[in-house]
Amino acid sequence: MSISAAPAGRGAAAALRRRLARLTLADVVLWTLRVLLLALVVAGTVGTILKGRYGAAQWVDFVVFGLTIGSIYAQIALGYTMVYGVLRLINFAHGDIMMAGTFSGYFVARAFDDSGFLGAHPVAAVLCILAVSIAVSTGAAVLAERVAYRAFRHVRGLAPLITAIGVSFFIEQTFRGLFGSGVKSYPDLPWQNASVMLYGFSLPKNDLLVIGGAVLSMAVLYVVVHRTKIGTAIRAVSEDVEAAALMGIDANRIVVFTFMLGGAMAGIAGVFYAFLFKQVYFYMGFTPGIKAFAAAVLGGIGSVPGAMIGGLLLGIVETVGPTLFFDGIGLPAPYQLRDLIAFTILIMVLIFRPNGLLGERMAKQRA
Amino acid sequence: MATDPVLLTILHDSEAAGQSSGRLRRVVVTGLLFGAIGLYLAVIGLLVALQQRWIIVDVLGLGQATLAAIGLGAGATIGHRSRADGAASRLVQSVFAGAFAGGLLALLAVVMRVVDLRWIFIALSRPLATMLTFGIGAQPLAPLLLILGGAVFAAIGMLLSRLPPRPLRILAAGAAAVVGAGVFQELIQIMMQSSAPLDALRTRIYSWEGLTAPGAAIVFAAGAAVAGAILWIAGRTRRTVRPERPGATGRRQAVGLILVLAALVVLPLMAGSYIGLVLLQVGLYILMGMGLNLEIGLAGLLDLGFVAFFAVGAYTMALLTADSPHALAAYTMIPHLSFWTALPLAILMSVSVGILFGFPVLGVRGDYLAVATMGLGEIVRVVVLSDVAAPLLGGAQGILQIPRPVLFGYTLSGPVQLFYLTLAASVLAAFIALRLENSRLGRAWTALRDDEDVAQALGVNLVRVKLLAYGLGAAFAGLAGAIFATMVASVYPSSFQLLISVNVLALIVVGGMGSLPGVVVGAVVLVGLPELLREFGEYRYLFYGTALIVMMRLRPEGLWPSPVRRRELRRDEAELAMAEPLPALVPGERA
Repeated sequence: MSISAAPAGRGAAAALRRRLARLTLADVVLWTLRVLLLALVVAGTVGTILKGRYGAAQWVDFVVFGLTIGSIYAQIALGYTMVYGVLRLINFAHGDIMMAGTFSGYFVARAFDDSGFLGAHPVAAVLCILAVSIAVSTGAAVLAERVAYRAFRHVRGLAPLITAIGVSFFIEQTFRGLFGSGVKSYPDLPWQNASVMLYGFSLPKNDLLVIGGAVLSMAVLYVVVHRTKIGTAIRAVSEDVEAAALMGIDANRIVVFTFMLGGAMAGIAGVFYAFLFKQVYFYMGFTPGIKAFAAAVLGGIGSVPGAMIGGLLLGIVETVGPTLFFDGIGLPAPYQLRDLIAFTILIMVLIFRPNGLLGERMAKQRA
Repeated sequence: MATDPVLLTILHDSEAAGQSSGRLRRVVVTGLLFGAIGLYLAVIGLLVALQQRWIIVDVLGLGQATLAAIGLGAGATIGHRSRADGAASRLVQSVFAGAFAGGLLALLAVVMRVVDLRWIFIALSRPLATMLTFGIGAQPLAPLLLILGGAVFAAIGMLLSRLPPRPLRILAAGAAAVVGAGVFQELIQIMMQSSAPLDALRTRIYSWEGLTAPGAAIVFAAGAAVAGAILWIAGRTRRTVRPERPGATGRRQAVGLILVLAALVVLPLMAGSYIGLVLLQVGLYILMGMGLNLEIGLAGLLDLGFVAFFAVGAYTMALLTADSPHALAAYTMIPHLSFWTALPLAILMSVSVGILFGFPVLGVRGDYLAVATMGLGEIVRVVVLSDVAAPLLGGAQGILQIPRPVLFGYTLSGPVQLFYLTLAASVLAAFIALRLENSRLGRAWTALRDDEDVAQALGVNLVRVKLLAYGLGAAFAGLAGAIFATMVASVYPSSFQLLISVNVLALIVVGGMGSLPGVVVGAVVLVGLPELLREFGEYRYLFYGTALIVMMRLRPEGLWPSPVRRRELRRDEAELAMAEPLPALVPGERA
């Protein structure tokens, strides 16, 4: 029987039957999972909208905060994605590299606060805090690469990831030893709590600072990666190490530079994160780190624009989501389930679209 | 010192970068590196913490011994790296390197006196200052003493490194015996009190506080003598070369395992309930380790959400047996169950959750799997903590009042009794794990670990085999969780953090992936030791992190590797060495 000659209906039915025959239990489970999640999201959204408990001002608040936190995730995600690009390594310690800078910046902030410099010259003071944080994070990233990761450059399998987990612990516990295990809080600036009115919505100045700073730093990074010679080299190494080496690119130098760029972005992001949430402690890097990784995966790991988009998207979904999805179905205290959304997105993307939104071949090559 | 080889490789790398580097560079780099280690230990507070333990009472603390070891290490490094130089040159080099390392610490001591940095670095405290100035305070002499000490110890280290291996080993064994006898004096003294002749010996070498100086000399001599005897016997047997029979290593491992087990049975009887508690925790980690070993060691599935299975076992036990409003008996028809009826249910529940866990991540591989499973584990924790699940599982307060197991009318109440329960469970689990390892399923797992695609091509049903790995691994964790629940008599979410997954991973890595005795060794080293050295409890995770990095770099097969694994890693190295000169000619993966 030739397929072209068969009536369309019978052909479709046969194709369907063939597909059904090939369906495994795993497929059924995964499809059920998809349908269930979709149903939950739709039911929650419809329920919340029908209830109408939240007005436009609240939704704008959610979105603005989502953009703020998302721009921080995006910055951290850039570190994951670039390192993955050149080394195919998940730098598990990246969140802790962020913590290293933030924690060091805290002491500068506190010293400035005590001396009154922070209140008198806020711009200069914030720049100083950022500089210290960037320096420490960059240093930590470079040191981790040199001492731990370099030996595993050509090793496949689980060893690099296990080493990265070790590095993560090492950095955390070092800072615990250095600065103690207590929670410290970044000094508050009076203007940070003020708001700007725009089109009738009030926007916190703090959020604007964080978004502005993040956009600026990411723009600089984008220019570095896409317009400079060394950025071109980074992209060349991510595409094909051997070919890049044949073109005379020193892969060693590129790897170190990539770690530096990632560390610097993490240093900036960490200070902003501390501006938002105030609290600094040795374990603070874990949650933003893992969420930023989720953002990188969502955007397509290995892709620089993907990390930026993934970060912003994750931030918005995470802040809007609990209310939008969970309030409607009447779950108590939906904000407690905020972290659930990021982890679910991470797992869902890994299962159903490991290439993410923009990544085309990175994930496939490794797997 | 265990850290020396790492430093040697680092030095080797940095030296290789510039071939023309001279002796000065070698001296400066070595001194800087060892000085930096000393500074690091001082600034994170570990040096002071170590000093809280005497090795020899009022003579030598563990912190001072560490400083001495840093000096020795600097000297030994110079000794190894300067083979080509003359004896006088070597001595001068080592003296300067040691002085340099000591100088960095002296600098710290001076800085501490001039500026107060305690508001930043909490460890720069008075005890550290006292230690670095040898208690003589603000004298200008104090920093010089550090420099001098560094130089002297480095010179000794250099001379030691030139010794032939046999006397060096004998000396090292003596020193290790002294350190062991001094650091674990409490435990050893308690155990020696159990019999009269041992007790007489104890009073010879120990005072009430610890090892005495004459006692240290005796222990040193004994350790050195034993090492000498072993080396002598080994030397004699080596002369009569015997081809090793294929089953010999397996049998030797079995004998070792039986010895370890025998020691585990006797130890708590001799050493009391504190040791029982330590061993109980070690036992629980062994159980979990054996479970995760099925997943990572055999099937190559790096599961960081493993703690969830442990939690399921514990919560099931709590829900079925607890005397609390959250127990199922309080609001359903299900009666209060005893520990023994609840145990299989807890395991069954863990297995179901393991399989349920496995389904979504079936297609996720390698590094991604680690992150995905970690996400799943965190999801479980977040849900348990939230108000959504609070009516069922008690939220952050958890479920309290879980009864202890009762056996023939006898309540297993103390840690020692519970330890024997854990031990029995471990032996049973070990037997199952061993049988699994050598079964058809075990071989399918190994195939899966080595290459998923090839395994599938060979007819391994990936879905079934993977789900069985998760399910069976979860069974072990569920068993551990159930015992854990009765041990602490309550369960709450904060007991089930990601840290536990990482701890279990660490002990498998340290012991040797895929090796059952390795799990035991790993648990003893990573869980038992830090528990015995309680002063450094807060540095335990630093130790874990360092252990993961160091093991992966220097001994990826683990402390007690499985024979298969060892062969594989050796072969990989050989292939790597052959492939390295021509990287560009190796056909790429992407055509």
